[in-house]
Amino acid sequence: MGIRSLLAMLAATIALLAVLSGRETYSLFVPGLLQGAVLTVQITALGCVLALFAAIAAALGKMYGPAPVRWLANAYIEIFRGTSALVQLFWLFFVLPQFGILLEAFTVAVVGLGLNVGAYGAEVVRGAVASVPRGQWEASTALNMSQTQMLRRIILPQAIVAMIPPWGNLFIELLKSTALVSLITLTDLTFKAQQLNQTTMKTIPIFTLVLLIYLAMSLTLTIGMRLLEQRASRGLSRGRSA
Amino acid sequence: MWDWAYTFEILPKLGWAAITTIQATLIGFVIAATLGLALALTRIAVPATAWIISVFVELIRSTPLLIQIFFIYFVGPSFGIVLDAFTAGVLAIGVHYAAYCSEVYRAGFDNIPRGQWEASTALNLSTWTTFRDIIIPQIIPPIVPALGNYLVALFKETPLLSAIAVLELMQTAKIMGSETFRYTEPMTLVGLFFLAMSLVSAALIRATETAIRRRMIR
Repeated sequence: MGIRSLLAMLAATIALLAVLSGRETYSLFVPGLLQGAVLTVQITALGCVLALFAAIAAALGKMYGPAPVRWLANAYIEIFRGTSALVQLFWLFFVLPQFGILLEAFTVAVVGLGLNVGAYGAEVVRGAVASVPRGQWEASTALNMSQTQMLRRIILPQAIVAMIPPWGNLFIELLKSTALVSLITLTDLTFKAQQLNQTTMKTIPIFTLVLLIYLAMSLTLTIGMRLLEQRASRGLSRGRSA
Repeated sequence: MWDWAYTFEILPKLGWAAITTIQATLIGFVIAATLGLALALTRIAVPATAWIISVFVELIRSTPLLIQIFFIYFVGPSFGIVLDAFTAGVLAIGVHYAAYCSEVYRAGFDNIPRGQWEASTALNLSTWTTFRDIIIPQIIPPIVPALGNYLVALFKETPLLSAIAVLELMQTAKIMGSETFRYTEPMTLVGLFFLAMSLVSAALIRATETAIRRRMIR
């Protein structure tokens, strides 16, 4: 979808939310749901940061690390991509305490989801670094740069541009998978919805509002990433033509 | 730390639950693949529906699957649609992935050069022959790996069904854990099962991909 259609859809979603929260049958649930939404946003934001770091570390470890680091990075990527996010959360939440490691539910949520998305992100980072033309590497070598300098100054700035669109998708995946944390006792948007649903049984208003709130958050994130992408590629084309 | 006797005790039960997981995966994927194809074809056949379909796809892809499962299971009855947990869950998963699959098909159709359609018209081929002999054979190779990846992704989403108490692998493991207060063995076994299945299916997808590519070149 183009950015204009996305903006139109976001405007429509917010308008619908505003109209519905004016109605009595709906307005009852708005404060509670928004409270949950705040936690959802917090987990998403922290999870995204962790995912970025985990992905870069794993990708660099896999590409340039000595053999043990490479195996470790590979094991991390395969394990987190090969099992379900929910299984990972449950494992961190229920099994780790039996080994004496007790984490708060919030920490489990951020670590679990961040590492899960980070494993997918590692392949994105690797692909983006690999997509930088060979000549760039050769020229950096010819200029006698060390490998760190090469990565930091030449390769990564170009790779980052190629990474933005896939990372946008991954961030959306992370936002959506925060719904899972309701199953490990965190009072996020989904948890609030279920709680309100069990006490009032007003399924239609509650779940309609929840869907719209998630939609508004995802669309905002998508639009933000699109704008970032436009900005970044604008810089790149200027750099190339110069 | 790890109790082997307990492990062997729960293994058969988990094995039975795994069958439910696999059933949910296969039925969900059949729904996703066919509904996705229907969406993509409708889009081509009736261009006026294109924007409605893209809004629908965007809507499905922007909201969590768990909420969609709850929506069908809890809100459905308000509209007179009463489904049991398994059906509601599998339907939600199928529709969710249909949105993703429809984009795969669309990309496949978009990749066919316009000249292929024009040449088929010039050769006086019927629409059916064009599809069967010209378009479909060219679409399949790029589509298979993408659909395969979604099959694996869908498989990994099936533990969500535990949220509406479908007795699949995850729910069974959770019940075992709450009965005995030993989560280590059931949860780890579930994790290993998913890991093993994902690795095997990734290898299968790669094999199919190369097999198809070899056939297409010939």
